[in-house]
Amino acid sequence: MNGIVAGKVLKYGDNINTDIISPPQYMELSIPEAAKYAMSAIDPDFAAKVRQGDILVAGVNFGSGSSRETSPLTLKHLGVGAIVAKFFARIFYRNAINLGIPVIECADTDKISDGDLIEIDLAQGVIVNKTKNEQYACSKIPPHILALIGEGGLVPYLKKTV
Amino acid sequence: MGKTMSEKILARAAGVSGASAGDILWVNVDRAMMDDILGPRVEIAAKMLEIKDEVWDKDKVVVISDHYTPPASIKQAEIVKFTRDWAAAHGIENYHEFVGPCHQIMAEYGHVRPGTVVLGTDSHTCMGGALGAFASGVGSTEMLGILVTGKTWLRVPETIKVTWRGKLPPGVMAKDMSLKTIGIIGHAGATYKTVEYVGDTIEALSIDERLAITNMAVEMGAKAGLMAPDAKAVEFLAARGITGGYELIVSDADASYCATHDFRADALGPVVACPHEVDNVAPVGDVKGTAVHQAYIGSCTGGRYSDLEAAAAVLKGRKVKKGVRLLVSPASQDIWQRASASGLLATLAAAGAVILAPTCGVCVGLHSGLLADGEVCISATNRNFIGRMGSKNAKIYLGSPLTVAASAITGKITDPREFVREVGA
Repeated sequence: MNGIVAGKVLKYGDNINTDIISPPQYMELSIPEAAKYAMSAIDPDFAAKVRQGDILVAGVNFGSGSSRETSPLTLKHLGVGAIVAKFFARIFYRNAINLGIPVIECADTDKISDGDLIEIDLAQGVIVNKTKNEQYACSKIPPHILALIGEGGLVPYLKKTV
Repeated sequence: MGKTMSEKILARAAGVSGASAGDILWVNVDRAMMDDILGPRVEIAAKMLEIKDEVWDKDKVVVISDHYTPPASIKQAEIVKFTRDWAAAHGIENYHEFVGPCHQIMAEYGHVRPGTVVLGTDSHTCMGGALGAFASGVGSTEMLGILVTGKTWLRVPETIKVTWRGKLPPGVMAKDMSLKTIGIIGHAGATYKTVEYVGDTIEALSIDERLAITNMAVEMGAKAGLMAPDAKAVEFLAARGITGGYELIVSDADASYCATHDFRADALGPVVACPHEVDNVAPVGDVKGTAVHQAYIGSCTGGRYSDLEAAAAVLKGRKVKKGVRLLVSPASQDIWQRASASGLLATLAAAGAVILAPTCGVCVGLHSGLLADGEVCISATNRNFIGRMGSKNAKIYLGSPLTVAASAITGKITDPREFVREVGA
């Protein structure tokens, strides 16, 4: 991958935990079915409004709580192209990378608004806000992880490289 | 400079002479645990077919159906069946079902041993740290890699030292210590770190009580929650037939910690975590009088024998308030049987409690007692996130089994010391 991800922002707050992203009552469903209820506790319209390539932007502690990979799986199924937060909970962060979802830490997410168009340079660690004509520093993704994300996650990467 | 338990255990598992916080190591995994809800059904079974459909060591893999047991729907039943069939097809002898939440079973069946690395597809796997194991939760894809190779990469975490000194007053439990610690460190204050609990209060606790503390390390974002394995840990394992083959690894006196926190147990009163975050901790007096509809004693956090015993001491000869349902789920089949034989379950049932199967179902809102719109639950479990136990318009307060029992009697959140003084506990 060229390391550039661009998309429209869906903006949320702090502590978007795994019970919000992947409500437990629907975890017995398949990923496409369960995805309809993603984020429903705080935004019942989420599944209907997210479009392929949209970028989730949030505050602190994104993905806290459970180890459930159904959380990043449902977001990926709905087309989320990247997630930007001030910082992530540990297990969610690893799960997202293993599924090929770019996860980027940025201290300035308060400056980004719902509906902004942003472009993230994953290798350089820069977010350009095209709507507001602003630029923010963010975490870089090292080349070997970028290669893994480019393949679509750990499993496709292993199948190709091992 | 000395080493922390985390540094020593991970160095041992990686086969290197020494490691320091920040090092990234390829470690050999001693036990890989999967449950039903996040086990083979999520990514693992299908993707293993594409890579290699064989586990690296059948004896080191443990599969436990605990979330969807007993199943409340055909879909749940299908998931348990799938998990059972997958375990059988892959030659996994360590398959357990309907016997209780996985973390309790891992401890009871001797899968968690001091000095070892235990990884599981459930975030509360960190509970095993009370027995001196580096135990941590992982996702499904990560587990897939472990199942086919027996290894994974781990960054050696920095360690936060939490010291508890003094004697717990009557009416105050290890769960209160756990919540108090989380309230101070914060729900992300230990992200990617180990929390190591030390001090004379910890040393005086039983293994039952210690498990209630390490269980919730992940509620601070921690990778692991550790305690030095001592004679009580050795005795706990010996009672389960494990008498050797492990190493008691403890931190050096001059180990390096990234932060330290000191607490006084003798100054602690009962606390609760208020909706909807686990670090939203307040003295029980601050929310005293809040009406509750459901009270729950159970789970890998609050359903052990000593928890049932504490609740029964308060509920003996009393009745659960009309309009409140008290649900009790012993944390394992073994605890269920012991509590039955000793009369604890009869005492609880006589007070009006509904005795459930050992299960994860209530804690994570899958079956056996979900909350309706506008309802309030006081719960001895580990998480109070919005929507966790049922409706997103319900509220969950977390407290000790004593606080839950006292609140069930009055129908509102109650300081258990009101009852504990009377029974002279």
